[in-house]
Amino acid sequence: MTAANGIAAAFSGRLGGFALEAEFTVPGRGITALFGPSGCGKTSILRCIAGLQRLDGSCRVGGEAWQDGRTFLPPHRRAVGYVFQEASLFPHLTVRGNLLYAARGKPPVAGPGTIGFDETVGLLGLAGLLERAPAKLSGGERQRVAVGRALLSQPRLLLMDEPLSALDRETRDEILPFLEKLHETLAIPVLYVTHDIAEVERLADHLVLLRAGKVVASGPLGDIQSDIDLPLARQRDAAVSLDAVVVGHDAAYGLLDLDVDGGRFLVPGSPELEAGTHLRLRIGAGDVSITLQEPRSTSILNVLPARIVSSRALGEREMVLLLALGREGDGANLLARVTKRSWDQLKLADGLPVFAQIKSAALASR
Amino acid sequence: MQDLSPEIWTAVRLTIELAALTTAILLVVGTPVAWWLARSQAWWKEAVAAVVALPLVLPPTVLGFYLLVALGPDGPGGALASLWGARTLAFTFEGLVIGSVVYSLPFVVQPIRNAFEAMGERPMEVAATLRASPLRAFFTVALPLARPGFLTGAVLGFAHTVGEFGVVLMIGGNIPGETRVLSVAIYDFVETLRWREANMLAAGMVVFAFVVILAMMLAEKRMRRAGR
Repeated sequence: MTAANGIAAAFSGRLGGFALEAEFTVPGRGITALFGPSGCGKTSILRCIAGLQRLDGSCRVGGEAWQDGRTFLPPHRRAVGYVFQEASLFPHLTVRGNLLYAARGKPPVAGPGTIGFDETVGLLGLAGLLERAPAKLSGGERQRVAVGRALLSQPRLLLMDEPLSALDRETRDEILPFLEKLHETLAIPVLYVTHDIAEVERLADHLVLLRAGKVVASGPLGDIQSDIDLPLARQRDAAVSLDAVVVGHDAAYGLLDLDVDGGRFLVPGSPELEAGTHLRLRIGAGDVSITLQEPRSTSILNVLPARIVSSRALGEREMVLLLALGREGDGANLLARVTKRSWDQLKLADGLPVFAQIKSAALASR
Repeated sequence: MQDLSPEIWTAVRLTIELAALTTAILLVVGTPVAWWLARSQAWWKEAVAAVVALPLVLPPTVLGFYLLVALGPDGPGGALASLWGARTLAFTFEGLVIGSVVYSLPFVVQPIRNAFEAMGERPMEVAATLRASPLRAFFTVALPLARPGFLTGAVLGFAHTVGEFGVVLMIGGNIPGETRVLSVAIYDFVETLRWREANMLAAGMVVFAFVVILAMMLAEKRMRRAGR
């Protein structure tokens, strides 16, 4: 994974009450979420990568050493874009002035390796705000400007420190689509700090799981979500995010026909989505139940053949199961939570072919 | 107005020259000091801050006495003066400027330091992540954000220099056109029982002080409404 365009970071040092000892690599594309409870050192890691804070360690981005034993590039010499938790716009400049601060007032024109001014304004819906003062913007607008400002510094790596946590729920829902659009259009890697699993499920491609300054696990989102030995899969709200492709639309019932590795799903969705569109499907472990025979008559839309890959006890009464879709069990992974009693009564076992009944599958994004 | 004697005008002009020059020097000297006091982690920075603030507490005569020694023929001021063939900086306009800079320093440094501190670390960090060198960030972010502090500092420094008396008397004396500023002139008029002139100058000072403070408060209010 230490590809030439990837990111490799390792930091160690004391931070307030605990020791940070984090080492991870991140691919040079897509959104990587740094996820963990508040105060686990996520923000400090981001600040170290940006050079705003100095701990012992190393940091390489796209083959360039930003920090190692001998080097420590000052923050203004690192090609990062940084979106802070609070938008932190310059109050003495207009929105345009803020956006063009890094370019010293000259709007950059889009080209290979250059993010254009007009494109950014369009992408983030800022056209109507350009001449306004930051004080006259709503919280969501401010954060969008902050994202645009960071992009227009032509970063090779975009760092986002809980960009949504200071916003109310409604504003968050207004911004998420912009971030998703960013995800599709942006060629640069993004490191996204959050303690909100819903943001991870919607946005992340990769996940670095942190706890008390240490990396618990890191890898592609699906691998981490479905690793039943990790705390993530054992939580009440555990879920997996599946990649799905639109195959068709049932206009009569308003249902989308989706193709997922190892099965087909019917999910309520808008008819505007064209065939071939990629979507992300969120399936909670609590929404999946197991049956041994294919049910003939059920109100549940999605019943798919699958195999039990492995299982772990969850306390006294429950089990968490890792399923793989498809009769051969070679499709995408799902999590299911069942009671110990059902496990015993159905004589479930690892490797057993079953049917997964999915009570609800929500479109998470795009 | 015609009966205003030329000696009054000379005193007024001298005072304004002194205050303007002092304020200009203070802004240039005081800004880096204020920045350092606002940002430094050094444990002894509060000691420096206390030295800067000394003129607030010391009797002007004490300050004036040591300035007199320093500016005199045997002090560093005398050595400096010898560069252009003079014997001393005491009882000269240049000496008065140096004394005023020392005397008014806290009035300029403190508001600017407060403004830099109120700004917090964040704007400078944002500027750095937007590729601004520390110097560029200082001029394009820190200075504009601290504008209200600069206004307050400049006005206080100017007004305080206009109003100084003890220090001037100690190091400047009463030389018309050279060191005889307004406050000294008033004292002099009273001493020589020219109450009418004294009253005119004193009343002028009251009006000046009022206008300065009112203008400053209005300007600050406007900046706060516009800026943040």
